[in-house]
Amino acid sequence: MHEWALAEGVVQTTLETARENGLRRVSVIRVTVGQLQQISPAFFQKAIDQVIPTDEPLLEGVSVAIETEEAACRCRACNTEFGVEEALDALGGDAAESIHFIPELAQTFMACPACGSPDYTVERGRGVVLAAVEGET
Amino acid sequence: MSLDPRPAVIERRFAEVGRLIGVSGGKGGIGKTCTAALTALALARQGAAVGLLDLDFTGPCAHMVLGVEARIPREDFGVLPLQAGGLDFMSIACFSDGRPTPLRGAALSDALIEMLCIVRWGRLDFLVIDMPPGLGDTLLDTARLVPRFECLLVSTASRLATETVRRNLDLLGRMGVPVTGLLENMRHQASPAVETLAKAAGVPFLGAVPFDPLLEEALGDPQALEETAVFEAVAAAVRDHILDRA
Repeated sequence: MHEWALAEGVVQTTLETARENGLRRVSVIRVTVGQLQQISPAFFQKAIDQVIPTDEPLLEGVSVAIETEEAACRCRACNTEFGVEEALDALGGDAAESIHFIPELAQTFMACPACGSPDYTVERGRGVVLAAVEGET
Repeated sequence: MSLDPRPAVIERRFAEVGRLIGVSGGKGGIGKTCTAALTALALARQGAAVGLLDLDFTGPCAHMVLGVEARIPREDFGVLPLQAGGLDFMSIACFSDGRPTPLRGAALSDALIEMLCIVRWGRLDFLVIDMPPGLGDTLLDTARLVPRFECLLVSTASRLATETVRRNLDLLGRMGVPVTGLLENMRHQASPAVETLAKAAGVPFLGAVPFDPLLEEALGDPQALEETAVFEAVAAAVRDHILDRA
């Protein structure tokens, strides 16, 4: 599954951040997963656990905390703010899967519910973000 | 803290790719996509392992040149390129089901970064990248994120094209992006314009590709493409200027 590619990014960015900040050990990796990308937190946790190098002392015993963030969009044409749950639920499997791979394809498959424009910004809840790296210096 | 985790792994996605050649030129309609596809095919016919990546996210059509049935790709610890004409192939068209992809600004950048992060290219001798027209988000992001990125520029002899390419060369120079060379495309009649531009810019002139009315019919069929005069000229440029520096 392609989540491993994103999990690799989380682990690599964690290591870089930890080294830049002089951490001896990372205790918690906090990740936010945006609703639009439709990644199961449990599944992503498993992916992260599987890509953590077993011989990396910085990450020995690290725990991973994953929160989801609800998506919020704003239409540029009519300024309406809207969520994506209803629209995602109404999509067929392939369309939802395409957005899962590349969240910006929301603009290909979903429109502003007020005016029908595809021209909107995803202000929150797009994809995977590394929210915090906690540890000991 | 709110860090994007994707850029950290882009370099490793290309760790086993020998050369990464973007086909650019700034101007639309000068044959970048066909040049990119034919360059990739010519390299593959010389025995190289080659990928073709279509980064024209708002106007993807490399899949049409190769006759690829664009479909959601397989996954294996990431997304695997499709196989087409002996090439590894990836495009946003694989995900968009023939529908428009109206992307701009940060959304365009985000889509590009996502694709660079999740696609696993493996070991390739060359990755040819079909770049969109213009000197905007995609060129800037690709130059910033893709390691060892170099550009093969395409121009017609029209002043409208050569002026745009001149600015493209200027920008690439400022960004430190190496230029593989400058290829004249769609030649109707002899003109020194493109070769003169190449010499003035100090980049190799890769030759002239004739305008070939048979190209349109050959689109979608790699074997038919390889029988065109266009392919013959591109293959000569590949032999003389790309493979000799591999």
